Amino acid sequence: MSNNQITGSVRFENVVKNYGSVVALKDLTLDIVPGELVTLLGPSGCGKTTTLRLIAGLEAATGGNIFIGNDNVTHLSATYRNVSMVFQSYALFPHMSVLDNVAYGLKVSSIPKKEAYDKARDGLAMVGLKGYDERLPSELSGGQQQRVAVARAVVLEPEVLLLDEPLSNLDAKLRRQVREQIRQIQQRLSLTTVYVTHDQEEAMAVSDRIIVMKNAEIAQIGTPMDLYNTPNSKFIADFIGDANVIDCEVSAIKSGIATVEIPGAKLKILTNQTTNFNASLVIRPQNVSLEQASKKAGIKGTVTYAAYLGNQIQYTLDSAIGELFVVDNNMADMFKVGSDVDIILNEKKLVLVSK
Amino acid sequence: MRKTAIIWQIIGLLGALLFPWYMVQGGFFSFSWVGGIFSDPKNASAFAQGLFHQKWWLITSLLPLVGTALALLFIKNTKLLAKFLVMISIAGLVLIFAQGFIVSRTGARIFADLFVGGAGEAGQVGFGAGAFVVLFSQLFILTTGFSGLGKGRGDAFIVGLIGLIVSLVGVFVFFPVSHILIQAFEGPEGNLGLAEFFDNFTSSRIWGVRCLYEANSCGTAWNSLFLAIMTGAGTTLLGLAFALIATRTNFRAKRLLRVLTIIPIITPPFVIGLALILLFGRSGMVSEFLYDHFDVEKTRWLYGFWGIYIAQLLSFTPIAFLVLIGVVEGVSPSMEEASQTLNGDRWQTFRFVSFPLMRPGLANAFLLGFIESMADFGNPLVLGGNYSVLSTEIYFSIVGAVANSGKAATLAIVLLSMTLGAFLLQRMWLGKKSYATVTGKGDSGQHASLNPLLRGFCYATTIPWAIFTVIVYSMIVFGSFVKLWGYDHSFTFAHYIRAFSINFTDGIRFTGVAWDSYFTTLTISSIAAPLTTIVGLATAYLLVRQKFVGKQVFEFSTMLSFAIPGTVIGVSYILAFNVPPIELTGTSIILILVFVFRNMPVGVRGGIAAMSQLDKSLDEASITLGANSFTTVRKIIVPLMGPAILAALTYSFVRAITSVSAVIFLVSAKHNMATSFIIGRVENGEFGIAIAYSTVLIVTMLSVILLLQFIIGKRRLRRENRIQKHTKTKVAQA
Repeated sequence: MSNNQITGSVRFENVVKNYGSVVALKDLTLDIVPGELVTLLGPSGCGKTTTLRLIAGLEAATGGNIFIGNDNVTHLSATYRNVSMVFQSYALFPHMSVLDNVAYGLKVSSIPKKEAYDKARDGLAMVGLKGYDERLPSELSGGQQQRVAVARAVVLEPEVLLLDEPLSNLDAKLRRQVREQIRQIQQRLSLTTVYVTHDQEEAMAVSDRIIVMKNAEIAQIGTPMDLYNTPNSKFIADFIGDANVIDCEVSAIKSGIATVEIPGAKLKILTNQTTNFNASLVIRPQNVSLEQASKKAGIKGTVTYAAYLGNQIQYTLDSAIGELFVVDNNMADMFKVGSDVDIILNEKKLVLVSK
Repeated sequence: MRKTAIIWQIIGLLGALLFPWYMVQGGFFSFSWVGGIFSDPKNASAFAQGLFHQKWWLITSLLPLVGTALALLFIKNTKLLAKFLVMISIAGLVLIFAQGFIVSRTGARIFADLFVGGAGEAGQVGFGAGAFVVLFSQLFILTTGFSGLGKGRGDAFIVGLIGLIVSLVGVFVFFPVSHILIQAFEGPEGNLGLAEFFDNFTSSRIWGVRCLYEANSCGTAWNSLFLAIMTGAGTTLLGLAFALIATRTNFRAKRLLRVLTIIPIITPPFVIGLALILLFGRSGMVSEFLYDHFDVEKTRWLYGFWGIYIAQLLSFTPIAFLVLIGVVEGVSPSMEEASQTLNGDRWQTFRFVSFPLMRPGLANAFLLGFIESMADFGNPLVLGGNYSVLSTEIYFSIVGAVANSGKAATLAIVLLSMTLGAFLLQRMWLGKKSYATVTGKGDSGQHASLNPLLRGFCYATTIPWAIFTVIVYSMIVFGSFVKLWGYDHSFTFAHYIRAFSINFTDGIRFTGVAWDSYFTTLTISSIAAPLTTIVGLATAYLLVRQKFVGKQVFEFSTMLSFAIPGTVIGVSYILAFNVPPIELTGTSIILILVFVFRNMPVGVRGGIAAMSQLDKSLDEASITLGANSFTTVRKIIVPLMGPAILAALTYSFVRAITSVSAVIFLVSAKHNMATSFIIGRVENGEFGIAIAYSTVLIVTMLSVILLLQFIIGKRRLRRENRIQKHTKTKVAQA
């Protein structure tokens, strides 16, 4: 199987990592295809950074095998792995100029000085920092430091580029700009890239695929669209985007359609399950519409909180199916706190997940 | 891995072939051995000794070296090679040490039947250059092999460093200290016996409690314990008062307080004792004054508990201050502000918030004072009188009329168990109870100022004490310029001239009596300081940055030598290194070694503090960029640790100069140190010259510190210049 792999792939086979009695990763198996940008996403302590550091060689696996390209690198130290990493704190060497920082990796790999500096200058030009050669890192802004860190990692032409929460120290506006730039460089060089973040929006924006992790395990792997539209669990539904997860009763499943009962309504929802199962209903906030309360049967609710945000109105409702968070794009009229409403669910967009 | 192992293999073979195996007359660097490297039975290399001079056991113990060479030549599988290297080099190390211990200076100790014939019965002397080269090569082949087995992340440099430091600490801390244990159990005929030990151990000289019910002196152990508890409590209280003043009041002369903390560090330990004698001794200034004007009888009250106690308070209060200022500053101001907004007044805030938060720090300062007092040698030696404490008793049982190393060893065990007990208590009990409340997050806010009563109390204790300290120190300078203290107070340079005269008549001749020891001290301290720094910082690097099995034990054992009193180290070194295989007494090497391993914890502490400030991702960045750990240390860590390195250098240099307790056992006629020279003068009653010499030492150390400060200052300037240059060019561009 490993014969048909090419440079730039990453493969974990049953990798386990323990810190003493604490399990940081249990039995992780994953494949990363050359040239793709994969994000490791999850709440803190889920094992995403550990996974990244295992690829880098900064941690040693307790068990299992790690392959980069065709090579088993499980026991190879970081020095000798052809990967480079952009650190959350950037980790620029404060006593070296920007140019020396970028040339460092080239110089210690015994590339002749002149060539190393030429490549380093090219790298700086690529991230738009031409002419900053002699500055010290402390003389740069946060965004510039971030780009130096990217240049330093990229000039080594690594098989795999690792990014550890690279945007967390930037302010919100800069973040979007830098993540686009990182994505562009990654696609131009078609670099296999592993990106760690806890920000699901950032992950959706940059990734080819996202690996969501929880409690030292993979919760779901998929494209951003897969994860949003077909979450496989309550956790994913809640973690990727906003969602109301509601208890429900599945009364029957027939040819891929489940009949679901909730107080006040009976719904038909697509499912890939064939037998009855213990399910929860995922309702995205934008898949609910509100109407003035009427005499009709249906789901009734009361507005407990309303916020006008310019492009949308956000409501919190108290209803027979529990508390609901609703986003309404109908800006024309707004329900006041305390008003009674009919809640209408867009059946086609609802998803069932197992409890 | 193979490459590294081959390099060490070649070094080992060269060591066995071309370096003298045994110690040579006149020292290695005289190179007098070169001519006889094969022919002379004294100077021959190991192979030559084995082949031509009947020392067949050297050939046997060198076989593993040949074994590793063969393995490196013929085993191609890396894993297998690593396994072989590990096994063979362990055998090599064991064999080399075994032969060293078995065949002593007077022939074989055990297996005598094997070692018949001229050479075996003649015995052998201690390891020389060749032996050490071979030992190091075997050690590093071993660690390289280990790294080849995937230990330490397969990093030969890290595993080698761990191996090196573990063996150095093993050989120069644990090996000598274990000798004390053996010695204590050894009977008069060299047989091991419990009876002798228990006789010594339970002696009423150590544990007697007669002072409680009759006018008699108690056992030395009780004396030491009582003194140490009093000193610990006293220094903690004074230190706390000083720390509170420095942080919680707008006292004007705070910088002066900082100076007061530096001075004791550069003061040889007995100098304060001398100054106290000049003030309160029988012919001391104060005693004379009281006698003349108030008819207070001149007594010898200073020589005993009170003298030592005052001297120790003067010496160790600054240490407590340094610890406690961190503790007092470590109490987050926002906690105090919270208490005040909850309507706590200043006293309640201090009593119920600040003080409980400081409590672990106070206990820490107390234990430090306790250990320092237990280990103190200089002050009790000068002021002890009939109040005998353990550290001086040890000294007297070695140098006294009847040298009794068994008794010295027993006393050393008692002393060691007390300091180790305090040390363990500090680590285990306080280690878990840290209330350090200042976090990395910006914590603005102001410390609550002190309650007026408390502030008054602090001022009332510290200001007189500070004045007293200043007087004591001025005594030292003053005393060096008068003819004969207490009798003839006329001004004179005579002491300086006797000690430091230079004769220019034919060339420059250093004719003063102190020059010899002065130069020796400077030389040895300047060699020891960088070594201490390297060992200390390397250990700190391993502790902060690397993960390995047994790290906690490793950390504990490196810090352990802090808790071993100097006298104990001194005794253990003469017991351990007076006989082959490692024979070092009388050389300057033993002095250097004792400084390196005694002061190592200071380097480790400083290194840990400095390295914790360096973001770990800097190292990781370097490593993921393809640098190995050695390059990372050289290009990233060392340049960024500049100030810490200089601080460690200064401190270990100064500690080497002022150290007396361990040194006094290890000096020889040829290598005398300043402190032991001064002690000798004090014992002869030549206070003038002793004090003049001490003054010169203090001035020397001050100049070194200022010089190093100047260098650090310059470094900083250069960086600022750079930044200025940049801003200028930026302005120009705009």
